[in-house]
Amino acid sequence: MSLSRFPAPSVIPGFGFAFGYTILYLGLIVLIPLGGLILRASDIGLAGLWAVATNERVAAALKLSFGTSALAATFSAVFGLVIAWVLTRYRFPGRRLLDAAVDLPFALPTAVAGIALSAIYAQNGVIGSLFAPYGIRIAYTPIGIFIALVFVSIPFTVRMVQPLIAEIDRELEEASATLGARRGQTVWRVLLPPLIPAILTGLALAFARAVGEYGSVIFIAGNLPYVSEIAPLLIVIKLEEFDYTGATAIATVMLMISFSVLLLINLIQAWSRKRFGYV
Amino acid sequence: MSEHVPSTAQASQAERAAAQETLRHSVTTEAPWVRGVTLAIALAFLGLFLILPLVTVFLEAFKRGVGVYLSAFAEPDAQHAIKLTLLVAAIAVPLNLVFGVAASWAIAKFRFPGKSFLVTLIDLPFSVSPVVSGLVFVLLFGAQGYFGSFLKEHNIQIIFALPGIVIATVFVTFPFVARELIPLMQEQGNTDEEAALSLGASGFTAFLTVTLPNIRWALLYGVLLCNARAMGEFGAVAVVSGHIRGVTNTMPLHIEILYNEYNITAAFAVASLLAFLALLTLAAKSFLEWRFGHALAGRGGHGGH
Repeated sequence: MSLSRFPAPSVIPGFGFAFGYTILYLGLIVLIPLGGLILRASDIGLAGLWAVATNERVAAALKLSFGTSALAATFSAVFGLVIAWVLTRYRFPGRRLLDAAVDLPFALPTAVAGIALSAIYAQNGVIGSLFAPYGIRIAYTPIGIFIALVFVSIPFTVRMVQPLIAEIDRELEEASATLGARRGQTVWRVLLPPLIPAILTGLALAFARAVGEYGSVIFIAGNLPYVSEIAPLLIVIKLEEFDYTGATAIATVMLMISFSVLLLINLIQAWSRKRFGYV
Repeated sequence: MSEHVPSTAQASQAERAAAQETLRHSVTTEAPWVRGVTLAIALAFLGLFLILPLVTVFLEAFKRGVGVYLSAFAEPDAQHAIKLTLLVAAIAVPLNLVFGVAASWAIAKFRFPGKSFLVTLIDLPFSVSPVVSGLVFVLLFGAQGYFGSFLKEHNIQIIFALPGIVIATVFVTFPFVARELIPLMQEQGNTDEEAALSLGASGFTAFLTVTLPNIRWALLYGVLLCNARAMGEFGAVAVVSGHIRGVTNTMPLHIEILYNEYNITAAFAVASLLAFLALLTLAAKSFLEWRFGHALAGRGGHGGH
């Protein structure tokens, strides 16, 4: 490199090639394509974006996507915490197997999860048929979307919290018990607070994933405009109508909200570093 | 252990209960009934949301017998979809493998300003919706895209063709290898390579004989995850492929078509192949973590940090 201090002097060779290739490839595959989206969004302008986002059908889709994602991510965070605790603290047969299964939503293709969930929760499905006599429909309603989003968001909190639970110092719990705390108080007031940043980070990651989720949702959603049509599906519909502007506008709104969530994660981690001394 | 606890007249009910509890189990765990309930909740949740869908895939696939199951793969469209999926993964995974090694070499072995920003940029595709990942390439190469008219003039087809599917797949699987290697190589430091260089090895020899053996399990791990996602990607590929049967349909897209045609058994048959791949990936991942946990860094979810 021509810059004398970039990188810092080192005897290891190959920086020029490795760094150059990284920037080139990153630029071609990620930055230029995303830049194209931003460029097109800037053509539309803020007023144009606002007009699309407040269009009744788009607004309904965005509200549904963000609402069900928030619910599903929270639901998964609560149960994820319980699962992480059980997998780390308890010993029972099949524990390793279940621990591996937690990653299933990462490994199983979304379309496969989508058709499986819709078969289970359809009115003649294993679980759908339990609710059908009471007039409750799960598949092809927003409840179905919620179920699919819970599926994709399960691993996030579990995997964020698990290493922290494993590292909890047993002496802390013993000290708490010695000082007269009952087990419930120890869990609630000693063990839980340091886990909160990790729980929130997992929740935010799950939320970001759920908002953009497409494959596992569309099979179970029913895809009825204004009722069960998620924002990513609306992008696909706009593209099929060759409405690039509409598709770009929805995508931009979604990206802006997703990046705000990522920023929030960084703030949580910065706060956590200050408050607890670790992320 | 005795259930009986000697009590005095002054001892309150609560104190007695607490003492009893302490006698029965250690202070660093919950009461047995609490453990039982917690375990039951966790198992019920995992069973309902993870195991049931997985089992359903195989049950539905074999519902009408092995003959019907196998006939789903006799279809030329299905065979083409399988071949296309393998081809796309065979192109996308090596591309991201080379990138992952180059990026982690630059990031882990050298100090330069802006490094953490670069790492954030590499992780970016994970926080983009699959549909948007497809959209960005339609905006570039589609009929009304920035390069649309240029491509049409030169008769080059990217969208609704193999190149589009490959590039969208490369985009969504972009960070997998790099993010496994970067933390590990940062942890390992430069001393091994410096020793090799001081003994007269060339940079390339040092990489092949020192670095590569050090990172091989993490590399394999990243490749496995990258491959699973490449073969299973749906949203991004759906946007750029155009769903042309027997031409641009990958396995996940073929599943969608079969399902929408109410050919449920065939849809689940093709799905069972991908589910099997997912199980293999998880098994290999668990094995690597169990056997070579020390040679993998930054354990945790790969949904982004």
